[in-house]
Amino acid sequence: MGYERQADFGTPEVRSDTQVTCFIDGREVTVPAGTTVMRAAALTGGSIPKLCATDNLKQFGSCRLCLVEIDGMRGTPASCTTPVAPGMQVHTQTPKLHKLRKGVMELYISDHPLDCLTCSANNDCELQDQAAAVGLRDVRYGYEGENHLGEMPDISNPYFDFDPSKCIVCSRCVRACDEVQGTLALTIDGRGFDSKVSAGLTSDSFLSSECVSCGACVSACPTATLQEKAVKEIGKPERSVITTCAYCGVGCTFRAEMRGEQVVRMVPWKDGKANRGHSCVKGRFAWGYAQHQERILSPMIRESIDMPWREVSWEEALSHTAREINRIRDTYGRNALGGIVSSRCTNEEGFLVQKLVRAGFGTNNVDTCARVCHSPTGYGLKTTFGTSAGTQDFDSVEDSDVMLVIGANPTDGHPVFASRMKRRLRKGAKLIVIDPRRTDLVRSPHIEADFHLPLRPGTNVAILTAMAHVIVTEGLADEAFIRERCDWDEYQHWAEFVSAERNSPEFLSPVIGVEAEAIRGAARLFATGGNGAIYYGLGVTEHSQGSSTVMAIANLAMVTGNIGRRGVGVNPLRGQNNVQGACDMGSFPHELSGYRHVSDAATRALFEAEWGVPIDPEPGLRIPNMLDAATDGEFKALYIQGEDILQSDPDTKHVMAGLAAMECVIVHDLFLNETANYAHVFLPGSTFLEKNGTFTNAERRIQPVRKVMEPLNGYEDWQVTQELARAVGLDWNYTHPSEIMDEIARLTPTFAGVNYKRLDAEGSLQWPVTDAAPDGSPIMHIDSFVRGKGKFVVTDYVPTDERTGPRFPLLLTTGRILSQYNVGAQTRRTANVVWHEEDLLEIHPTDAENRGLKSGDWVKLASRSGETTLRATVTDRVAPGVVYTTFHHPATQANVVTTDYSDWATNCPEYKVTAVQITPSNGPTEWQEDYDAQATRSRRIAGVTGLQGAMEPAE
Amino acid sequence: MSGQTAEKLAYMANQIARNLVHDAAPVASVADHIVTFWTPRMIDILVAQGRSGLDPVAADAITQIVAGRIPPSQSRATDPLVHGSDAG
Ligand code: SF4
Ligand code: SF4
Ligand code: SF4
Ligand code: FES
Repeated sequence: MGYERQADFGTPEVRSDTQVTCFIDGREVTVPAGTTVMRAAALTGGSIPKLCATDNLKQFGSCRLCLVEIDGMRGTPASCTTPVAPGMQVHTQTPKLHKLRKGVMELYISDHPLDCLTCSANNDCELQDQAAAVGLRDVRYGYEGENHLGEMPDISNPYFDFDPSKCIVCSRCVRACDEVQGTLALTIDGRGFDSKVSAGLTSDSFLSSECVSCGACVSACPTATLQEKAVKEIGKPERSVITTCAYCGVGCTFRAEMRGEQVVRMVPWKDGKANRGHSCVKGRFAWGYAQHQERILSPMIRESIDMPWREVSWEEALSHTAREINRIRDTYGRNALGGIVSSRCTNEEGFLVQKLVRAGFGTNNVDTCARVCHSPTGYGLKTTFGTSAGTQDFDSVEDSDVMLVIGANPTDGHPVFASRMKRRLRKGAKLIVIDPRRTDLVRSPHIEADFHLPLRPGTNVAILTAMAHVIVTEGLADEAFIRERCDWDEYQHWAEFVSAERNSPEFLSPVIGVEAEAIRGAARLFATGGNGAIYYGLGVTEHSQGSSTVMAIANLAMVTGNIGRRGVGVNPLRGQNNVQGACDMGSFPHELSGYRHVSDAATRALFEAEWGVPIDPEPGLRIPNMLDAATDGEFKALYIQGEDILQSDPDTKHVMAGLAAMECVIVHDLFLNETANYAHVFLPGSTFLEKNGTFTNAERRIQPVRKVMEPLNGYEDWQVTQELARAVGLDWNYTHPSEIMDEIARLTPTFAGVNYKRLDAEGSLQWPVTDAAPDGSPIMHIDSFVRGKGKFVVTDYVPTDERTGPRFPLLLTTGRILSQYNVGAQTRRTANVVWHEEDLLEIHPTDAENRGLKSGDWVKLASRSGETTLRATVTDRVAPGVVYTTFHHPATQANVVTTDYSDWATNCPEYKVTAVQITPSNGPTEWQEDYDAQATRSRRIAGVTGLQGAMEPAE
Repeated sequence: MSGQTAEKLAYMANQIARNLVHDAAPVASVADHIVTFWTPRMIDILVAQGRSGLDPVAADAITQIVAGRIPPSQSRATDPLVHGSDAG
């Protein structure tokens, strides 16, 4: 695709059952009632000059450039605020309009620098375009008068500048921040000539303001006032490619706007069905890690982890690795081998990794990092509904009346979807937040949660059961739905259980730490407030009862009849971009693609016929079991694609011991991550900008990832896996990821109708795509559940064995923040660090005072597993007795303190509850220093010639 | 096999049992859960432990698994997978 701006229809699309036909300059057009004249004109291919209107914002009617004449109407109405009427005759280009528009434009231009030729927005400026469109050639008002030309730009944001001298005060940026992002960081200060855009107080800069750097205002600005720094540095893009963000599970699609092989900017794609033209700071701006100097571009090997790395050719790296794999298999048996699929890589790459492990290594020892995040979602939703996935599309939220958000912090973790939630909340939907922390969603501009239930970490099941108690005992259950859609006997068994006095809010309140009346109120609101939708995140899954909580959520949705239509449902907010996809692709040790158990002979036969090898009918090891087996001396080799288990998995010391006990750890990644400190082979990976494939987001939406530049390391990741497979003797000959997708479709019923041709034509598809649902399935379980009848499961509250006591009196819970992503390997290598230089420990003022702590102090955070140090920030966001931190920085190693307790059903680690003590400290612990020294030693790279130790450059 | 892993597996089995006690047939549910998600090797380690350290439902589940089990292959020579995939 060449570079042209995306079409702008001026005003938003209108939904209506009534159609209206009118005439624009004689051209007949039929549009939904309520559509504006401006949009109708654009739809017929016309173009009415405009400045203050753009189609993702409500019409504003301030610039007066879009005037038209309408037969039978007096004057010259603004086309952006005038709706069409049946038979209306509109004239958009008349001498009178020409004169009026020219006059308006002249006023704008007279207060605007005329340095178009040297302006970075030259040829990409709506003001310039519109001046040309109205035929402005010269300006009668001179520049001698008062103007804004001398004002200083604000360059504080690392990614975009604000140059007020070019501002035409159209307020598109202010409206974008309000309506699209929902942060309300910008205002127009002053009136008339003095009016100007401001980020809060006059002294404020963008960086110090409320701005979250989502870029919505930058996209909305019609001039060079708000513009990406990269456009100034690199120049105007010359082509664009549609691709999908590689950060979170929202799955925003972007136009990668390119100049040669360089990305100039990533602009959110308006036709993207997940993001509808919006973005967050990560996807929009934080892609610079792709060119970061620390990226490793040549393969490296070493005999043992205390030796420096040796750069080798791809051939040598692959043949060495294959020899090691074969040696280990011959010595210890096939079950000493395994692999880890990444939720950051594409579906095709994940599919190949599990295929290599199952067909090449001959074992089912394959797992994915979803183990540590959403494996309970898979288990819980499959058990209750029959499908391991969320039930809705994101658009569904537009019809929700009550949102229940539990264990999720969408404004930080899933920002673009959070903006859509907020938009709906500002229109009056009700909100229940169940979270130990007062997240931003609880109180933000024009939004106030109806209930915030700040429960004690680890009591999710108790609170959900207590809500169910209220719904059942107060007669609020939707019996008609339950009788028709669910197993009635199971329901009765469950209803009897939840109705017991020991499950009442009054009985459980002391355990949960929330007033019984608040729990009752929230339950009543959810049951009676109209369409109820539940959104949840890792605060639900990462507990010893993670799977039970997911099932308790499913129970709550079924008992209130909130399944199977728009506006309702159970919606897991996925952490990483392709968690859903990695799970779908058969990355779990007990399942082949499409969630079919390896013990199922018919499924195995299908794969055996396609792959020509037998498949083990017994489940393989999960990641924690692999590490246990390694310390026991039974597990010896691990191929890890795109994951950093040493930093992201719990109980760091245990992970270290497991990795250290292996004989061949193969890390396939962009950077020498923490896990690579224990690796023997490093295979350089490619970024999402350098490969083709697909990601599947939290709404089961499969979207294309497109290569916009050649991989710096030489190969796309699927090619690296293919070469490794060939080296161990498999005859793989894929020439493009589309062929891998064809294989997936042949082997996986829910993907039967998916192929690249359709994805290219339709932009995205939501699985299942089958004969019964040829266009995909935005909403699931419409007439019946996938498993037949919905299953109510009794979820008894079993407290975690991780308990506070005199030595460890506080509860630590962990989370993430907006500007950083996961272990931070990518975001830490971008300018996003200006927002989060280090992980901080949030502690309540009372707990801080008891320990003589204030914000900024170094503290030691200790648990039964280990200890680390970091700095404290005192805040009442967390309740007394609870402390909170993020895990984005390896220096902190928050997982040194997390324990190896895990979900009973899936072994998903219990990250969200650790008993800890906080004490003042004056710097890093001995362990942190040792770790640092080991990491530095481990990252040495010897000279390319292979003379070990000849050259050991510092990083 | 270190005692630590056996202990951990017993802990996991007990945890599963505690969460499934309300099922209609808890022993069968626990047995089914373990067979669905554990490797045969993990089950073997637990079987070798005997009932010690297991709560009654978990212990019965293990007994049930053993009773219904086809003996695993005795050596790698009779393991079809080794032959089927030993391509290189
Ligand atoms: S970048 Fe986003 S948050 Fe910041 S001012 Fe612009 S629209 Fe608002
Ligand atoms: S900064 Fe841009 S969008 Fe905002 S008022 Fe000025 S010209 Fe309009
Ligand atoms: S990180 Fe998530 S919300 Fe942000 S742009 Fe990427 S997909 Fe969208
Ligand atoms: S575009 Fe209609 S008034 Fe500005």
